[in-house]
Parts: sequence; C-alpha cells; structure tokens
Amino acid sequence: MIIDLVLLSITTILVNNFVLVKFLGCCPFLGVSKQVDTAVGMSLAVTFVMTVASAATYLVQTFILNPLNIGYMQTVAFILVIAVLVQFVEMVIQKFSPALYNSLGIYLPLITTNCAVLGVAILNITEQYDFIYSVVYGFSAGLSFMLAIVLFAGVRERLETSDIPEVMKGFPIALVTAGLIAMAFLGFQGLKFN
Amino acid sequence: MTAILLPVIVLGGLGIVFGGLLGVAAKAFRVERDERVEKIESLLPGANCGGCGYAGCSAMAKALAEGRSMPGACAVLKPDASNQIAELIGLVANVAKKRTAQVLCRGTCEHVAQKYQYDGIVDCIAAHRYGGGDKACQFGCSGYGTCASVCKFDAIHIVDGIAQIDPEKCVGCGTCVSVCPKGLIEVMDADKRTVVKCKSKEKGAALKDICKVGCIGCKICEKNCTTHAIRVKDNIATIQYSLCVNCGVCVEKCPKQVIEWYER
Repeated sequence: MIIDLVLLSITTILVNNFVLVKFLGCCPFLGVSKQVDTAVGMSLAVTFVMTVASAATYLVQTFILNPLNIGYMQTVAFILVIAVLVQFVEMVIQKFSPALYNSLGIYLPLITTNCAVLGVAILNITEQYDFIYSVVYGFSAGLSFMLAIVLFAGVRERLETSDIPEVMKGFPIALVTAGLIAMAFLGFQGLKFN
Repeated sequence: MTAILLPVIVLGGLGIVFGGLLGVAAKAFRVERDERVEKIESLLPGANCGGCGYAGCSAMAKALAEGRSMPGACAVLKPDASNQIAELIGLVANVAKKRTAQVLCRGTCEHVAQKYQYDGIVDCIAAHRYGGGDKACQFGCSGYGTCASVCKFDAIHIVDGIAQIDPEKCVGCGTCVSVCPKGLIEVMDADKRTVVKCKSKEKGAALKDICKVGCIGCKICEKNCTTHAIRVKDNIATIQYSLCVNCGVCVEKCPKQVIEWYER
C-alpha cells in the first residue's frame, strides 16, 4: 500500500508530469514563471488546492453524483466545488494567517479555473482511485506542477540576461525552452517499476 | 422528466448550499479592513508615478493609513487633498505647501531676435545642439516644447514661442525641470513672491541687441533691495529667498520688468 502510494507519486511527478507530459496548467506555467519566488508561491498554492480539491471532488462524486446516476454532470459539479473551495480557503487563510495570505493569497483566485486542478479531479475518477489514492495523487500532481514551473522559472530568469535575437525575445524563447524541458522529461518514460 | 429535473435539483442544491456556506464563511471570517485606505487612495493622484517610493498609489495609501508615510511624500498631491488625507490619518496642520514650476524666461517671439531658421525636429534638445537653438539668446527658452511633451498633467503649453506653465494644472512634480536643455525651469513654492524671469549671462549691451526683456545686470535691484536679498552675478540678478521680505521694490525699479510678482 505505502509502496504503491510512493510509486504513484514518483510516477506522477516525473513520468507523467502534469505540465510537461500531460500539458495541463500551461497558462500559469507560462504566465507566473518569470521569477522563481512567485513560481514557488504559485505552485505552493496549486499544490494545496489540488490536494484539498481531490478529496472534496472524490466525496462529491462518490456520495452525490454516483448514487443519483448523474456522473455526466461531473465537470459542472467539480468546477463548482473547486471554485467554492478556493474561495473558502482564501477567506480562512486571510482570517487566520495574514502572512500566508500575503504570500499565497494573490495566487489563489488564479487557481479557481486552473485546468490542472480540474484535470486532477477528473483523472481521480477515471483512474478509479479510492479516497487516499486520490489525495496522494492530487498532492503529487501539485508537486509535479511545482517541479516544472520552478525549473522553468529558473531558466527564464537566466534568459532575461542572455543575449537572445530580437525576434526570439520574450514568449518565443520561453515556448522553445518549455518544449526542450518537456522533451527532457520524456526521458523519464523509461522508468519501470516492478 | 426526472432525468432532467434530478441534475438540475442536485446541482442547484449544491450551488445554493455552497453559496450559503460561503455567505456564512464571509461573515464568520470577515477581516476588518481599514476603510481609510480606500478613501486615501481616491484622494491620491492615481498616476502611480512611484515618486513616493512605494509601488503605486494604492501601496502609498496603505502606507499612509498605517502611519508609515506622510502626505508630503507625494510630490504631486494637491494641498486640499493633502489636508483631507492628513485629517483621515489624524495628522493636524501638516499642510504641504503647493509648489509649481516656473519658466524663467520672457523671451517671446516678438521680444527676441532670431539667429537662423530652424527646420529640424520639433524638440528643444535637438534644436539646442545647433548652436544653442535658433533664438539669438542662447540662454532663453527655445520654445520647441520638450517640457510640454513630458508634462503628464497638461500644464505646459507653448505660447508665442516660449513655454508657459498653467499654475492651476501644475503640480510641481519637476519632470519638466530635468528635460529643459537650458535649465530654465525651476519648481518653487507657489506663494506670493518675486521672481527674476531671465537666465541670461550675456552682458547688458550685447543682450539689449538680441532681447528686449532680458536682465541686463544693471544692479538697480541690488542697490534698491531693502534687505540685500538680491545679488547680481554673471550679469544676472538672483534673489535669495531666505532674506526676501516681498517688499516689491525690485519689481517697481527693474527697468526691463524682468522681476515679476509670482502669485497664484
């Protein structure tokens, strides 16, 4: 059981990286990756929301949608749950930990509609994970997002100061870099666990 | 029928329950925000120039509300807004004096001779490169409006070939001061005072030929000044405002009317 969970998270983080292999959450990956500091803040918030959202959406699916046979309303219901959850978490953090709110708070509203969060919730159901697996999967998905975006932010910080041809400056070189990192991550496809 | 109603009811119910939860949570976890921050922000200029040292007007408003800054730190704040902010944050009579910029030249087209015809870029710095501009006086305003183009408050206009500053619109931010290639613009307190409106270091006799309204360094003001506040150096009168008592003798005596009352 424990070994399975560890393997699940390693697979999620390296082999099936959410951003670089599954191409989920590309918007914040490109948008909030100019500085390592903000990238860390963003990915911490994403990790947190993904973990909680995995748990919440699992419960909604299992105890509301499945018994009533309306699994096809999954997307709508999950978006609703995630949005409410993010709002709620934002309020709670703002009340009880202003310091955390100041470092995480500005990213929280951005995450509401992050497709990686919805993706992890839906994947939990299609992969038929149970509650614990879902939470671990959500947490690892967050970590995989963090790994990708922090690596990418580090590269982009260097790009700022490098001598790049005028036409490639900004987004073009960032996209090329993202592609190269994604290709590098393909190397992990060779990992086999038995 | 149930196939349609059921999801509507379930999702609608979910929505209502979540909405209610959020509503309760919003009440329960309400954070007391400082109302003054918004009020202060609405009083600040909103140009987000960053001159105060904060990231923008909203950051400045927060700093003001928390007592980390003073209204005076904002160079472009109007005095009445400054007073209102001071009231909001409990400061008394910390009134910022209004400051405005002054163009120290009266050499309009009819008063100054032309050296040559300038057809270059309409820009003072460009014109200044060609022998100090097309006007015969190399110290005076060339009137190509570089100051007017940098003014964010629409306070400077070129009238009759020299820059004129609208004291109502001018906020004294000093942006124009640094771009004038002749160094003709100064920011000073906007209260009643005398101003020498010339910067020419030309000798009197030579200046008379090129400008009808320039300071010729005759020293009449220096001799007549009741408090010895005026010194003529390099053929130009300068007023030391720490000594000036605004008696106005210099304004009366100046044969060229170079010294003017500056009053807003």
